[in-house]
Amino acid sequence: MHDAAPPRDLAIEFRNVAYRLENGRELLCDLNLQVRRGETLVLLGRSGSGKTTTLKLINRLLDASGGDLLVEGKPVRGWDVIRLRRMIGYVIQEVGLFPHFTVERNIGLVPSIDNWPPERVRKRVQELLKVVGLDPEVASRHPRELSGGQRQRVGVARALAADPPILLMDEPFGALDPITRAELQREFLDLQRRLQKTVVFVTHDLREALLLGTRIALMETGRLISLLTPEEFVRSSEPMVTAYLEAFGTDLHDWRTH
Amino acid sequence: MQTWQFIVQNYTQVLELTFEHLWLVLVSTALAVVVGIPLGILITRRPLLNKPVLGLANVIQTIPSLALFGILLPAPWIGARADRLAILALTLYALLPMIRNTYVGIKSVDRAIIEAGRGMGMTDHQLLWQVELPLSLGVIVAGVRVATVISVGLATIAAAIGAGGLGEYIFRGLAMVNNQVILAGAIPAALLALAADFGLGWLEKSLSPR
Repeated sequence: MHDAAPPRDLAIEFRNVAYRLENGRELLCDLNLQVRRGETLVLLGRSGSGKTTTLKLINRLLDASGGDLLVEGKPVRGWDVIRLRRMIGYVIQEVGLFPHFTVERNIGLVPSIDNWPPERVRKRVQELLKVVGLDPEVASRHPRELSGGQRQRVGVARALAADPPILLMDEPFGALDPITRAELQREFLDLQRRLQKTVVFVTHDLREALLLGTRIALMETGRLISLLTPEEFVRSSEPMVTAYLEAFGTDLHDWRTH
Repeated sequence: MQTWQFIVQNYTQVLELTFEHLWLVLVSTALAVVVGIPLGILITRRPLLNKPVLGLANVIQTIPSLALFGILLPAPWIGARADRLAILALTLYALLPMIRNTYVGIKSVDRAIIEAGRGMGMTDHQLLWQVELPLSLGVIVAGVRVATVISVGLATIAAAIGAGGLGEYIFRGLAMVNNQVILAGAIPAALLALAADFGLGWLEKSLSPR
């Protein structure tokens, strides 16, 4: 078991949360999960395991059917949904960049709709381009003129724009080629060391989970199977966990060497 | 060619009828834009209204144009003048392409983009104006284009109720069994339709993303 963190260190807390579709199908069942401030919690699982559903409950793209979900100590329903979302950065696999916006407008989106003065938005965008390792001159380009890796960097920069304390990342590196993915994973670790955001990261890739996660929440058919640190995870004898480890092969002993 | 001679000899009247024709088309299309686009947006927001609104617009579309003029004739104010009647009928016909294209255009914007926008805290209003409408503008303009071209053709029938336009020549020519006169109405009407199609087609292309 895990030592219960004192409440003020919790960024997000699920208490017996359930999510059902209108037809009654249960996608998420009795979920109890605490995300500590500054950690990277990885939700690991197959498609349909409920990890993306879990993520979308946090920024209320979906509304829980039961239980309590707290963000920064306050029930999500108590938050003004727009304010809640603006303090939570969101990165998704297909990036979701606006094709008709330049990189600059894409990154500056949340500050702009939050009515920052244009000059401040511009400065912030330049700053963020540097943070995610992009040339400042891509600012004037459109997403279609960028490579997949560049687009994903823009996606991360956009999520960071208003300096939100929480980041939700839904398989952000899933669509990238292995080399670019490894590069972005490394940069993510660097970035996270500096910024210390609370990150909830969805992936089905065990290696990614072991590399990036402070803790790994393994999910299966809408339930939380185990919540372990990467070290505990590779040593676990939990059948679901070992099944996962076996599926990903044998060379996992060196998972932290890169 | 005799038709050409006829047009040249009567050019003031041809021009007058062409302007009348244009007036009918422009006013009715403008009205259809003002009513149809908001309706199209509305049914993306209120799915329950989707079927009744599109259904009604569809039904209107199936009424033969002469019959529609007849149905509208007893309407107060509208029925009092032929051009009002014609404009209303043309507007009703233009509604379906406007509503449907607006609806389809907005609905076909990539879900991932919308979801990303919502997830970042855009309000419905911001999402509509900054994302959905700009990205569906090409499809919406395609609707305006279809509606306009249809209107140019249909407006010739307005002459049957005395609303003027190039249909005057077509009906007169039919009555006189005179091809020259028919063509003096039909050719300018066809040119108008082509010009509208070309102009709006160009606009559609330049407004479509990528």
